[in-house]
Amino acid sequence: MRVAFPSFPANTPAGGLENRGQATGRPPWATGIAHVDTALGGGFAHGRIHEFYAAEPDDVAAAAGFVATLAIGTTGNARPVVWLRPRQAVRAGGVMQGAGWAELGGAPETCLFVLGEDTKSLLRAGVDALRSGGFGVVVIEGWGAMRELDLTASRRLSLAAERSGTLLLLLRTGAEPAPSAAETRWSVASAPSQALAANAPGAPTFDIELLRRKSGLSGLRWRLEWNRDQCTFRDAAVSGAVVPVPLRRPAADAGAGPLRRAG
Amino acid sequence: MQEPDRCAAPAEAAGDGAAGDAPLAFVTKVRNAPRLAAVDARALALGIVPGLTLADARARQPDLVAVGMDESADRHWLDDLARQCMDFSPLVSLARPDGITIDITGVAHLFGSAERLAEAVEDRLAQAGMTLRRAIAATADAAQALARHACASDDADERTAIRALPVEALGLDPLATVGLQRAGLKTVGDVAVRPAASIAARFGAGAVAALHGLTGDAGGSAPRPLVTLAPRVPLRFERRFAEPVTHQDTIARTLLDLLHEAAAALAGRALGGRGFRLMLFRSDGAKRRLDIATSAPTRDPALVLRLFDERIATLADPLDPGFGYDSMTLTVRVAEPLEALQPALDCGGSGEAGPDADAVLAELIDRLSTRLGPDCLRRLAPRASHIPEQGQLALPAIHGGAPLRWPAPPPGEPPMRPLFLFDPPQPVEVIAAVPDGPPHRFRWRRKSHEVRLYEGPERIAAEWWKHRGGEHDGKGSLTRDYYRIEDVRGRRYWLFRHGLYDEKPDPRWYLHGLFA
Repeated sequence: MRVAFPSFPANTPAGGLENRGQATGRPPWATGIAHVDTALGGGFAHGRIHEFYAAEPDDVAAAAGFVATLAIGTTGNARPVVWLRPRQAVRAGGVMQGAGWAELGGAPETCLFVLGEDTKSLLRAGVDALRSGGFGVVVIEGWGAMRELDLTASRRLSLAAERSGTLLLLLRTGAEPAPSAAETRWSVASAPSQALAANAPGAPTFDIELLRRKSGLSGLRWRLEWNRDQCTFRDAAVSGAVVPVPLRRPAADAGAGPLRRAG
Repeated sequence: MQEPDRCAAPAEAAGDGAAGDAPLAFVTKVRNAPRLAAVDARALALGIVPGLTLADARARQPDLVAVGMDESADRHWLDDLARQCMDFSPLVSLARPDGITIDITGVAHLFGSAERLAEAVEDRLAQAGMTLRRAIAATADAAQALARHACASDDADERTAIRALPVEALGLDPLATVGLQRAGLKTVGDVAVRPAASIAARFGAGAVAALHGLTGDAGGSAPRPLVTLAPRVPLRFERRFAEPVTHQDTIARTLLDLLHEAAAALAGRALGGRGFRLMLFRSDGAKRRLDIATSAPTRDPALVLRLFDERIATLADPLDPGFGYDSMTLTVRVAEPLEALQPALDCGGSGEAGPDADAVLAELIDRLSTRLGPDCLRRLAPRASHIPEQGQLALPAIHGGAPLRWPAPPPGEPPMRPLFLFDPPQPVEVIAAVPDGPPHRFRWRRKSHEVRLYEGPERIAAEWWKHRGGEHDGKGSLTRDYYRIEDVRGRRYWLFRHGLYDEKPDPRWYLHGLFA
């Protein structure tokens, strides 16, 4: 039995918050690289879902690092970040370190880390976090197929994100890209960094591929380097190894009008 | 008729076992000279008495352990003890600095007899580590005097015992006491047989009042009233139903009523609850207990109700009203100061996150902590240790308060610490130059990684000061040599060799962390 309290159903957001998301018309966060921003119509849009798949299971740290840099960049360390992890991820991928977060330019004191036993409780906590509107970024980390994250659940997350204007970053490891209500879907892999003096590894470098974008081009690849001091990305000057696909203009001018809704 | 029981709880008993079998003394500064304020039984047996200067005491007993006297700690401790004594009687009074008076009028029979009650008090305070001297007498003053000054023989009746007390028991100032003794009046009885008028003429009316307080020969004046501690009324709210209730709506509405009642009571005391407990008593005797906690003190009934709903939803075995509930009790278990807040006139709008960002965050933390368990929501706080796996504290978010700021890394450097750390570190097979070369190739999780770039070693020594003799070679733990590694695929790892070659013949390599 569940004692139902008719006047206060569990999932109702706190009063007066429903309209806040629509009021916060924050502009998209520009990555700092003109090509990427043009392809995304100005940058990573707030109030949307962006999905990041680790290209290979070994790239989980790179994918998590990329998501962390996005969270740091979009919040500017001013708004809190909540990172929801399944226990499985901790066993397989290690414990999240505040020092490592700070080394990426973030402020770990603004972060809240949530551990969940199963995907369902994580998704539910994620929806609650999105609806509360108190966070700048919500990160949900998934391990494996995440069967609970079907189109309905994905749409629910998308609506909650849209209403509160919160950015939702989904981090997926060991899963094949599947249809969802995400605005963009990416594949992230680690890339060789630019060596520093005495052959020391340099700043975090990522190979990202835009797998899908609603109302835009997909299949574009870039190599980005994270600049911790300015909290933006740099185009990693590459010589030979991987040449970025030449940029073409997107089919639709997504920067001008409101984004098309789908799903 | 008052029958106070007086328990002297000397402060020196608190220092038990602090320093082996050396005598212990507490020192305070009197007119710029350190003097003993209290001593333990061992010191007393050696003739070291309170009031001695520390230098004298040290001259007599060089191994005396002297500790600064903390009077406020003593005061708080006495308050605590007095609160515990309120289990025996509602009327408990403090006799500072080291006494408690319990008014046992009308409660002694609950324990069998006054003597049995006194033994129960003695047992309770013995559990708190106190040794005590106690006495039962008709007035509070008499009980205090008997406990402090009675010389063991308790065969006499109370009246005789009081009369046999030394004149110090009157508690007069030292000059008056010496004056009485010089006049040949050694005991209270000696003074009591003198005419009151002459005592008053020589030593003041206070002496006569003190005498009457002890002997109980009131001479027209009533005994001094006791100033008792105010009992703490628990924040407990109860509803009893005339008929057992099974209907969910009624239960929910009653809980809301109780919460409103609790909110009013909390507001009256300028408190906010941080822990609430709901007890449901079923008509067949079964009890159900639901606890919730919040990260910030609150009086908001709607918020607490939502948390209770979360709690009910997570129950392993659901609530079953059966034949109905007889009564419900709501207890505020933890309360903290919470002043009334005045809402801003301009409805906030100052920060980007909105005026109530903290409240929104706190509410979400409460809800998720109730649903997932308080240990599942963590905030990371820095910890002063250079051992990587001990460098952070994961604090449960419900305990509230913003964690400490993390130090910012120096600009222009690549990340020196990994984003993820394995605990425990994962063993890897490494091909490296002996004795202290960097790895060339390593094997982790059955995959071979060719090293392209490396930086290191960053040598992190073990915390030798935590082991006995750790500062000597070979006695402390092993040193670690950390390397930042990037393999040909561009993945960045943190590897370390556990031990130098002169510490260990064949040190193992471990993978400790993953960089972004």
